[in-house]
Order: sequence, then C-alpha cells, then structure tokens
Amino acid sequence: MEQLKTIGRELAMGSQGGFGQSKEFLDLVKSIGEARSKAEEDRIVLSEIDILKRKLLEPDVPKRKMKEYIIRLVYIEMLGHDASFGYIHAVKMTHDDNLLLKRTGYLAVTLFLNEDHDLIILIVNTIQKDLRSDNYLVVCAALNAICRLINEETIPAVLPQVVELLNHQKEAVRKKAIMALHRFHRKSPSSVSHLISNFRKRLCDNDPGVMGATLCPLFDLISEDVTSYKDLVSSFVSILKQVTERRLPKSYDYHQMPAPFIQIKLLKIMALLGSGDKNASEIMSMVLGDLFRKCDSSTNIGNAILYECIRCISCILPNPKLLEAAADAISKFLKSDSHNLKYMGIDGLGRLIKISPDIAEQHQLAVIDCLEDPDDTLKRKTFELLYKMTKSSNVEVIVDRMIDYMISINDNHYKTEIASRCVELAEQFAPSNQWFIQTMNKVFEHAGDLVNIKVAHNLMRLIAEGFGEDDDDADSKLRLSAVESYLQLISEPKLPSLFLQVISWVLGEYGTADGKYSASYISGKLCDVADAYSSDETVKGYAVSALMKIYAFEIASGRKVDVLPECQSLIEELLASHSTDLQQRAYELQALLALDARAVETIIPLDASCEDIEVDKELSFLNGYIQQAIESGAQPYISERERSGMFETTDYHPQDHHEVPSHTLRFEAYELPKPSVPPQASTELVPVPEPYYSESHQPISTSLVSERESSEIKLRLDGVKQKWGRPSYQPTTAASSTTQQAANGITSHSDGGVGSSSSKPRSSYEPKKPEIDPEKQRLAASLFGGSSSSRTDKKSSGGHKPTKGTVNKPATVPKENPTPVQPPPDLLDLGEPTATISAMDPFKELEGLMDSSSQDGGSNDVMGLYSDAAPVTTTTSVDSLLSELSDSSKGNSRTYQSQTSKGPNTKEALEKDALVRQMGVNPTSQNPTLFKDLLG
Amino acid sequence: MGIRFILMVNKQGQTRLAQYYEWLTLEERRALEGEIVRKCLARNDQQCSFVEHRNYKIVYRRYASLFFMVGVDDDENELAILEFIHLLVETMDKHFGNVCELDIMFHLEKAHFMLEEMVMNGCIVETSKANILSSIQLMDKAH
Repeated sequence: MEQLKTIGRELAMGSQGGFGQSKEFLDLVKSIGEARSKAEEDRIVLSEIDILKRKLLEPDVPKRKMKEYIIRLVYIEMLGHDASFGYIHAVKMTHDDNLLLKRTGYLAVTLFLNEDHDLIILIVNTIQKDLRSDNYLVVCAALNAICRLINEETIPAVLPQVVELLNHQKEAVRKKAIMALHRFHRKSPSSVSHLISNFRKRLCDNDPGVMGATLCPLFDLISEDVTSYKDLVSSFVSILKQVTERRLPKSYDYHQMPAPFIQIKLLKIMALLGSGDKNASEIMSMVLGDLFRKCDSSTNIGNAILYECIRCISCILPNPKLLEAAADAISKFLKSDSHNLKYMGIDGLGRLIKISPDIAEQHQLAVIDCLEDPDDTLKRKTFELLYKMTKSSNVEVIVDRMIDYMISINDNHYKTEIASRCVELAEQFAPSNQWFIQTMNKVFEHAGDLVNIKVAHNLMRLIAEGFGEDDDDADSKLRLSAVESYLQLISEPKLPSLFLQVISWVLGEYGTADGKYSASYISGKLCDVADAYSSDETVKGYAVSALMKIYAFEIASGRKVDVLPECQSLIEELLASHSTDLQQRAYELQALLALDARAVETIIPLDASCEDIEVDKELSFLNGYIQQAIESGAQPYISERERSGMFETTDYHPQDHHEVPSHTLRFEAYELPKPSVPPQASTELVPVPEPYYSESHQPISTSLVSERESSEIKLRLDGVKQKWGRPSYQPTTAASSTTQQAANGITSHSDGGVGSSSSKPRSSYEPKKPEIDPEKQRLAASLFGGSSSSRTDKKSSGGHKPTKGTVNKPATVPKENPTPVQPPPDLLDLGEPTATISAMDPFKELEGLMDSSSQDGGSNDVMGLYSDAAPVTTTTSVDSLLSELSDSSKGNSRTYQSQTSKGPNTKEALEKDALVRQMGVNPTSQNPTLFKDLLG
Repeated sequence: MGIRFILMVNKQGQTRLAQYYEWLTLEERRALEGEIVRKCLARNDQQCSFVEHRNYKIVYRRYASLFFMVGVDDDENELAILEFIHLLVETMDKHFGNVCELDIMFHLEKAHFMLEEMVMNGCIVETSKANILSSIQLMDKAH
C-alpha cells in the first residue's frame, strides 16, 4: 500500500518533468518493482535487453535519453544479466561536457568494467582531460573514476596530475586525490613510494574531511611498517583528543557523538602503533581513559567506539586501570539484552583474555548463554572465544561441543574451520590418547574430506609411536582400541577417503597384532573397503598395502596364509589396473606371497613403521660380488668424473642411479667431453639404456614400499621432487626407482642422490620441531600465564606428539619490541598549548605544528630513520646471502667428498644394509632372476 | 580493505542497489547475492545484525521493506558499520525526504553518487551529510 502511494508520488514527480524520468523509464522501474518472482524479473530484464539493443543503435539519441539508457543498463547488470553490449555507450558518455551526464557515464563505467577491461584505455584520455577541468566537480568525478579504473600500467598516465591536485584549493578534490594516491599505493606500492610523505602532509590538512580520509591510507601504511610512523603517535593522540573535545565542525557529529568514524579509525591506527610499545601505549592511555569515561554506552555508536577502545587496549600494553575499564565495558556488553552487544562482548572477551586470562571466569554464565543461543552468529563467536580459552582442563568439554556443532551444520567453509580447530585443540591438549583417537575419529567421520592430509599423518604417527615412553603395554592398548573403533566404523556407508586411508593403514599395521582378530577377518574387511570405494585409487592403494602387511605378518610368524577368494579376485583385478601405482602394489603383493618367511620378515618387519630405514649409499653389500666379477676379468668401476665417454658400466651399480633424478640440475652431464679422454672412451655420445634392471629388483622395491607405507610422507616427497627433477612419468611409489633405472640407467653419477632418499624424508619432519615448539610454548606462556607451565610440561612429557606443531595461533600477543623506541617527539608538548587555544582552528594549528616540526627535526628524523634502516638491512641481507653462499659451497664440497670417498665399504655400512644385503645374498628359489643381469 | 560491498535488497530478495569495491564477475555477484540474501532474510529481529559468510562478515540492517547489507573484512568494527548504514539512510532521507525503496529505484544514480562520496577504496572517507550531499545538490541546481 505504502509502495503504491509512493509510486503515485513518483509518477507525479515524473509528470512534473523530473530530470531524465521518461514514462518508459518509470514503467520499467515500476514493473521491476512489482515483479513478484525472480522469473518474472528475469523476463522483464530480458525484454529490456532487447529493447535497449535496438534503441542504442538508433542514430542521434538525445543525450538525456542516452543517460536514461545507461541507467537502464545498470539495472540490467544489477539484476544479474549481461549488458556488455552497451558498455561502449557508457564510455562515450564520460566524454560529455554536461557534468551530470559525465558523472553518470563514469558511474556506469565503474560499475561495468574492471580495471583490466579493454575499454579502459578509451577513458584514460578523458580522465586526464577532466583532471585539468576548472569545474572541481568534474575533477572529483574523474578522481572517483581513477579509484576504480586505473591499473598498474595506467598509473603513470595520471599520477603527476593527481599529485598536483593534492594541493587543490577545494577540500573535496584534495580528499579524492589522496584516496587516488591510496589506490595507487595498493595497486603498486612502488609507483608512489616517493610520494609517501604526502600522506603525512595531508594528515595536517585544515579540512577535517581530508584529514579523516587520509587516515585510511595511513592505516595501510602503518600496518605495513609500524616503526616508520612511531613519530606520529602523539599527533594521532592529539587529533583524537581534539575530536573528542568537539573541535570538529558539527556536521561530523553523528547522534551527538563527535566524528565517531574518525575516532574509530584513529583508534585502529593507535592499536597498531601501540602494539608492544610501552612508550606509545603510555601516551595513548590518557585519551583512552577519557574515552571510556565519556562514551555514551546507551547508543550504538557510543558502544562502537567503546568496542574499538577495547580492541585498542587488547593490542597495546595497557595499564591496569585501562584494563579494568575495558573489562567493565565488556561486562556491560555481555549483560545487555541486545544480541549485537553480546556479540561484541564475546569478541572483546576473546581479545582481552590474552592479556588477563581470568577475566572470562566472571562471565561464565553469559558465555554459556551465548553458546546455547539459537543465533548461529553468536554461537560461532562464542566458539571462537572457547577456542581461545581452551586448556587441558577444559579441552574435552569444548572439543565435544565443537564437534557436535560441526556435525549439525552444513556450511563447508565453517565446517572446515571448526574441524581444523578441533584437531588443533585435540592435538594440543588431549588428556589421553584414547580420547584423542575417539575425537579424531569423529572429526574424520564427519568432516574427513575437509581436513588437511597432515592431520591424518599425525594420527597415524601417534598410533604408531604411542606414548613415546617405554610403555609398550599402553601402546598396544591404544592400538587395540584404535583397531576396535575402526572395525566398528568401517562398515558405515560413505566414509571420507582420508579417514579410510587412516583406517586401512592402522588395520594393516596393527589389525592382527594383538591376536584378537584373525588375518582373514581383517583382510576381508580391507577387501570390503577396496570394493566399496573402488573409484578411490588412494584408498585402494592403502587397502592393498594393508593386505600385504597382514599377509606378511602371517607368513613371517609361520602361519599358513589363506588368501580369501575376494582378496584373490581383488589382486587379480588390480594386476590389470590402469593405475601403475595399484598395479605395482598388486604385483608386489603377489610376489610377496611366494616368498619364504625369512625374506618376508626382512621385507616387512612387524611394527616397524617407526624404525628409521637406513639406506646404504655405498652399496657395500655388493662388494663381494664385484670382487668376484673383477677377478673373472670385468672392468673396474670408474667414477663418472674420471670417465669422459660413455661405456657400459651399467652392470656394475644399477643401484647407484636410484635417486639421481632428484638432483636439481645435472651440470655434470656437460662436463663429459673433457680433453682427458681415456683410451677406452667409446664413441657413443648418448648412453644407451639397457633393460638390465628387470624384476630382479622387485623385492628391494617391495621393501621400499613398506618403508613408504610406514611413513607415507617420506616417499611422497621424493615423488614430488622427482617430478621436478625429470619429466618422466613416475608415480610416487618407490616402484619409480626401478623404472627410473631403466629410463636413465647409465648416465647418473654416484651416490648423492641415493643418500637423499634416506636423509630427505627425515629432514622433512625435523624442521617442524624447532620451528614451532618454542613459539608454542612462548604463546602458551603469554596466553595463559601461570597455568601454562603445567601444559608445557604435559606436552614435553607427552613425547608422543613431538610434531603436533601444526598449530597456528594468531600471534596477536603483545610482544616486547626489541627496537629502541624513539623518545616521544616534541609534538605532544607543542600540541598541548594549541589545545588550549580554543578560538583557533585546531587543524590549522596542528598543520603549523607538523610543518615546523618537519622543517626542524621531524623530516630529518624521518630521513634519519630511512638512512639508518637502509644500510642495516642491506648489509644483513648481504651477510645472509654470503653465508648462504658459503653454506651451499660447503654443501657442495660435502657432496664431492662423499663422491670421492665412495669406495670400499666400512663395517658400519655393512651392518646398516643388512636388510638389502640379505635379499641380495640369499636369493630365494622363487626369485631365480634376482640379479640375473649382474651375474650375467 | 574494510568494506567489500554494499547491497540494498528488498524483502523479496530483489537487488535494489549493488556496489562492489573489489571486482567480482557477474556470476560471482549473482551467486554471492543469492547466498547472502537467503541467509539474512532467514534471520529474525532478535538475532545479531551480523552474519559470517565465507570470508566475509555481513552487517545488515532492515528499514521497512529494504535490507541494507554491507560486506566487510573480518577485522572491521561491526557496530560501526551498522551505524554507517544508518548514516547512509539518514543522508538519503535528508536528500529525498522520507526516503523509500522507490526513491532509490528512481534515482539509482544519485544513491550511487552518495556512496561515491562516502566510501572510496572500501574505506569510509566522508561522514558529514552536508559534504556528502553538496555535490549532488550543486548538480541538481545546474539543471
């Protein structure tokens, strides 16, 4: 009804000749307004598109008519349809001399085009012309357009003019010019790096609008580089003070609050500057205290400012009085009936809790209320708070709640977030491993496809490593409980892939370990998994490898293996699989089934997933064989560097070439045609790979696969590296190493690469520990104070989670700033007298102050800061570069050493490679082809 | 960045004004608007005026038949944005006099001009109603 009345009003207005409102336009708007469904709206818009396509092509469309068409185009795009057919007309309209038409043209262009659109080039010229206009409104329109349309490449075309406009007599122009510069800074910081001082200058503009706008770019600049702007602390404080003292024009008041949006921006900037800076924090404390006292908490805007004060206090180093004031404000928020204020209160609590952990306790009930509130927004905010206040004493309650909530929602974005938080908290504070596994099961079951793969690896490692203390009993209990829970879950339909991988792995490793479940039972379950998720190759791979382990353990313990018919058919199916990975696994499984107990035990030792696998780079186990070969007249091995040509040394050490592709660039290859050509040099330039490797390596690769199984991440990394190293087709399995030999058998040089196969994986774990643990401890200490000590104790004692370092707490904890803080600039002292001279324009005063200071010492200071900083950083970077260089050269020499030292075996190495040697020395009857090539 | 977009949508979920401060394609805008509107319209008056959506926070406020929705970054002050919406409405009210949905529809460009004065680069740059409206009034006078 009300609508109809206004339509009447508008129609009356239209008939009065309101500018540009033709009957046609009014009808269109009316029909869109009256459309009762999206479909109806679409119909209207589609017919409108047809009409406009025709009309825009008519010759000599009157300008006013054209403006209307452009707005109709805006409608079309706003309602979700493409209006690109009319873009060019909007561009043309920007050329118009009439201000309203021009501005409408610019508006439409900014709504239609992104900065990289081809048509922009047609506008740049117009913008340049308009920036020179005498009419400041035209200049403003052009500056508006600049903020939307200019990209990195076109910045230089308008930059000089924009800089000039910073001193325009009209404040509106100065304001827009500074925002244009802000935009340039965002798009391409280097383009305006020499103009940064302008932002400081405009802060002292005598128009509060320009000053207020300048706070936006300054906020960006300060968040990028706090230290360079420490000198402005007192200026900002003084501005804030003047604002609160109502020295700004009344027109900036909002609901009796003086310029609240400027106040809030200032508080945000102060939070940045005061973070970890005692000096700055002290300068701010006075005005912050005033704000708390003065702010009218009965209005929304007053509360908005209070909330911003709380945020500011949570960032700076506040004095106890301020903390108390902030806590009071928070409790007012929490006690309010308004959900909005409760939300702000919970958020504030989450921020303040970092500084005073016990503040939450007095609000327990309010927090629980918010948690149980049906309002999703409030609930999520409360979970965020709980997440921040979790400790080992409350982790169970909190994580259980989180999981319940996670299950209840279907917003994947948030589900992912809350799942990762659950995992994080569980990893960090788990009271028992049992609980940890149960929790992880729930997370995997309900959000398995959303969690990071690392989480799965961590869980597997936890189950494999157990408590880390020598408590085998507890470990096996843990594993049994994991196995039991998985056997229960496994028949659930539609489990996430990642979870199935974990299940398969655990069942493979520990399914039969306890003797509670028979091999055929477990293997049946694994076959079911492979069958039920036959489209998921990763799960199938895990299942097959798990089967292999189950059978291996059976064989090793001397029991007879009955391969279930379904397993048999699974293996047969996979033997013909299109996936080389699955095929390889199936072949390996088949080969393993034919081996005897001793070989199998060596290949897949029981519960050895945590054992380090030592790879003998020297291949010393072959020494005996080499000796024999040389005695019977074979050529001795000549290392690659001694060799200049290519000759057929392949039969010596196929193993040598194992990981060579993992080298990055093989410069060595180019050194081959050296002048010192030994007589034996063959004329062949290209090595002819010989198909020497054959299945003889099968057992070795099997063992490698088991290594891979035991710590998945290791060889995956290898695979990745190989991918970069060499454009071959290798899957990530260890099987690649055998095929690798076929591909580039001879060319490779000695052992560096092989070594990396064993050292690399481990190094992929280790860096985490030193990197995160200390930080976590520090975080924990600063987050929770006294109670943290027990937790860090717990963590260090709970050695089972050494790498649970995936935690990334937001590091907003106030840190001690190591850099010496500048003494407060004179600005503050000078600033006080101006504040007392109330008759004068405060901003003019301030400007004068700033100017003089920049003439005297201010600018020097700034320059000094720069000149100080610059050489320091360069030298350090040079240093680090140099040290890196020397490091890398050290590394090189090391590899050279290892290359040259390659030769006779050491006793140690002999022991190390028992595993591989056994296979080589004791070929089983089932493997007559083992090393056939070597034996000739 | 601060403000990512400003939407005005009526009770039926029809867009009445849309201004984005980061580039989204037509399809992305359509999808985003659909999702947000569905989320916000489903809420009642007692609930928070804030909704999390993907990586945005939506602050919304309802005036008669029209919803004003502002998409902001995570670290924005929600209450302040809520009041910013009100300031926008007050400004429009000052200009149009008892502003309603149809005023915005018939004078879409003017509503945009006001926003152009108030927000640049996703930041609130002008909050004085007199300053916001002065250029529009000057343009009106010229015609």
